[in-house]
Amino acid sequence: MAQLVVVGLIVSSVIALGAIGLTLIYGVLKFAHFAHGDLMTTGAYVAFMVLFGGGHIGPLSFGYGMIPAILAAVVIVAALSVAIDRVVYRPLRRRKAGLVILAMASLGMAMIVRSLVYIIWGPDQRFYVLGIQRAKQLPFGIMLKPDQMFIGCTALVVMALVYLLLYRTKLGKAMRATADNMELARVSGIDTEWVVSWTWAIGGGLAGLAGVLLAIQSHLMPEMGFLLLLPLFAAAILGGVGSPQGALVGAIIVGVSQEVSTQWIPPGYKPAIAFLLLFAILLVRPRGLFGVKS
Amino acid sequence: MESLLNPSYFASFLILVGIYGVFALGLNVHWGYTGIFNFGVAGFFAVGAYTTAILTKEPSTGQYVEYIGGFGLPFVVGLLGAGVACGILAFIIGIPTLSLREDYLAIASIGVAESLRRVFVNERWLANGTRGMIGIPQPLHGIVDPSDYKYVYLCIVAVVLIVIYIAIERGIRSPWGRVLRAIREDEMTAAASGKSVFAFKMQAFVLGAVIMGVGGAMYAHYVKAITPDSFAPFFGTFLIWVMLIVGGSGNSKGAVLGAFIVWGIWTGTDWIINHSPGGLETRIFYLRNLLIGLLIVVVLLIRPRGILGEEKRVSLFFGKEPPKEQLEKDSAAPT
Repeated sequence: MAQLVVVGLIVSSVIALGAIGLTLIYGVLKFAHFAHGDLMTTGAYVAFMVLFGGGHIGPLSFGYGMIPAILAAVVIVAALSVAIDRVVYRPLRRRKAGLVILAMASLGMAMIVRSLVYIIWGPDQRFYVLGIQRAKQLPFGIMLKPDQMFIGCTALVVMALVYLLLYRTKLGKAMRATADNMELARVSGIDTEWVVSWTWAIGGGLAGLAGVLLAIQSHLMPEMGFLLLLPLFAAAILGGVGSPQGALVGAIIVGVSQEVSTQWIPPGYKPAIAFLLLFAILLVRPRGLFGVKS
Repeated sequence: MESLLNPSYFASFLILVGIYGVFALGLNVHWGYTGIFNFGVAGFFAVGAYTTAILTKEPSTGQYVEYIGGFGLPFVVGLLGAGVACGILAFIIGIPTLSLREDYLAIASIGVAESLRRVFVNERWLANGTRGMIGIPQPLHGIVDPSDYKYVYLCIVAVVLIVIYIAIERGIRSPWGRVLRAIREDEMTAAASGKSVFAFKMQAFVLGAVIMGVGGAMYAHYVKAITPDSFAPFFGTFLIWVMLIVGGSGNSKGAVLGAFIVWGIWTGTDWIINHSPGGLETRIFYLRNLLIGLLIVVVLLIRPRGILGEEKRVSLFFGKEPPKEQLEKDSAAPT
């Protein structure tokens, strides 16, 4: 049981990185960004392309080549997100298209991004490093691979940075103001388009990182991010749309329940657990645990 | 491309256009007329197809084939049963979601579709798991030579499509239909006029789902074999959305036209795959997905109302077209 909870927390940390980006985009731009999972996939594959050299950092399965690979994934997916916004979402925003139209466009983008991944890298599973890593014995009978610890620690550090960015910098303040009320933010002299671009950059960068971590945990495949979309949305809505802390709590609930559920029900139902949680929260408290009433 | 001129090939093309047309009409009731953001079409697709399979097949005999029922009922019962099953499913999903923000409904409906697919994969006793159901009987199969059966089925599809089309057109041109459009434009105003927004949305949601269930059943009887993979989100949901958006949401003719065009592009690009250099086929295959994705984004950017767009005034009694300036003033894309 403790083992499942800990593995669940590792899964949660990847979900959280994606869900925080998703909830920021949701908060500022108010639409459901269905391409988020596929941005994660892109990040994983960009790292795969950049990754060079073998070797190992301590007990980890990969060498120092992973550091530039992760950075490349973050930067390229962030830039891609901003670019997509300029080409697709901004013109729609200008035209005051409905939020559903924006969501629909994001679904089209999801399709485009995923197809490109298929075309460039093919449909086969890929690995950063082949081979099996032995799990380390920890107290309380918990077995964890060093890679999994790396995933958890990286996610924690990055989330702390995001927290500082949102609550200790001018940009964070502007982002929260824009999320609260875009019109009001604009008349207060905030350049909301600049805020929107940064929101995409941060959300995209987090998605890129989450994709790499997800692929370190298991492997790369073109559907990997799309399959995580439901847990991402479940986490974001569970925590309350627009609330990064909420997304973290939501991610922990979703990730841990998915793993722990395997004790009683077939693992094939894991994604359905995320959905059941989502359904329950929509029934009981649609604005989520930390959401504000709109 | 020359194969399109082959009558038998063309008939099977038209059968699928007709079946997808039924789905696009159902989705048009949800999204085009009522503004219900259903991203789980694949779920209704699957439930419709499996329901008719269970109702019309004979009971399982083989050792490796398990499924419930096998009632050996006629095709028409299968079709209606599929509709009823989807209607009930829509009712259950609708209770918690129809009063929420529209994008929450979208996410919830993706979840329903994906969870149902898991159920069909994991519960082998229900519908034979990943191996799926094969040998679904076809109506009127004995009356012609099997190689000519396509033309018979094409007629059946055409009849069903026309019946559904006329029913929707009647409905939407009635006071009931105008309430749906009012709700789509502004729920508050509709509620302030004394209309029960939830009840009307529920009716539209169930009606659209019934139509999708019938579509799923038509598909099952045409292909004869279904597996959970037949209802993956791309074919089951996304393609149908593209058809509706391209053809023109809020317009039944547009829905059917969209099915024709998008399925035409899909089939027409077959030759790219067949003529691509060896070893590349697996990747080139995804060029079509890319094309479909681009199509929807470009249409949303350049012509959000689709090819036909919505008729501004729908009533059996008023004149057809409002002045041209008004048409240009307001975009037909539902918000």
